[in-house]
Amino acid sequence: MWKWFHQLASPPHFYRISAILSPWLAVPGLLLIAYGTWQGLFVVPMDYQQGDAFRIIYVHVPSAYLSLMAYMIMATSGGIGLIWRIKLAHAVAAAAAPIGAAFTFLALCTGSIWGRPMWGTWWEWGDPRMMSELILLFLYFGYMALRSAIDDTTKADKASAVLALVGIVNVVIVHFSVEWWSSLHQGQTVFKKGTMDADMKAALFVMIIGFTLLFGSMLLRRIRTEVLYRERRTRWVREMILSPEGGA
Amino acid sequence: MDAFAMGDYGAYVWSCVALTLVIVVFTDWRARLRHKRVYREIEVRLKALEDRE
Repeated sequence: MWKWFHQLASPPHFYRISAILSPWLAVPGLLLIAYGTWQGLFVVPMDYQQGDAFRIIYVHVPSAYLSLMAYMIMATSGGIGLIWRIKLAHAVAAAAAPIGAAFTFLALCTGSIWGRPMWGTWWEWGDPRMMSELILLFLYFGYMALRSAIDDTTKADKASAVLALVGIVNVVIVHFSVEWWSSLHQGQTVFKKGTMDADMKAALFVMIIGFTLLFGSMLLRRIRTEVLYRERRTRWVREMILSPEGGA
Repeated sequence: MDAFAMGDYGAYVWSCVALTLVIVVFTDWRARLRHKRVYREIEVRLKALEDRE
């Protein structure tokens, strides 16, 4: 078990394994998303208060969940890279940032579109959930800007890891903002009993699992690129690219 | 058609679905493009080095 885990930290081994693993996550992920979308949009009953507008939940909640998960992966990997100096961990952190930013942007946009018919406004500047999610997007942008501003990869890894670790505070704020402060945004729904019809919840979990698998596949693909770039002067990359079969 | 109209909320629901599709496809496409570019750059550099040797 541990041997397999340690082997994963080896860039050439990870590069090969991730190429195999990525489609195995993407295909079931896409199938689950297709099934969940069909269930969520056409099969499950409409909400008695929100009508059909509640169906936005099937893209909004998975996006919001992934916006936080991607940040936790980015910060944890950055921390592991800082403490144990595992090169692959920094590659994981760098790869997670653009995907996390994309899902955060998506969560903000779908939340805003949902808010218009439900709250009567696209955006509320004083709302703690909206503002902390917006700060999360700026943290992602700051992280990526910091990385690209420093030419030395080792220095960029260290500086961006520190920024990511500091930003964890905001992830906690995003999660608990609806409990700590008065917010337009509804409170915890998904994991509370009696807040949602079982069919609605089942379709939502299908979407969350589907999005997570797709996220995993996208993350692996981006880590492969990071590994390739960082290892571009190594022997294994040279041998792989110049071999008659070539790499991918 | 009622199923697509979503009451009066069709525009809101479908715009969210469309936006999700666009963002996910765009993010994945950018990742594939960058991988190809990085791979190509390394390949060109290595072949140039090999020719020099």
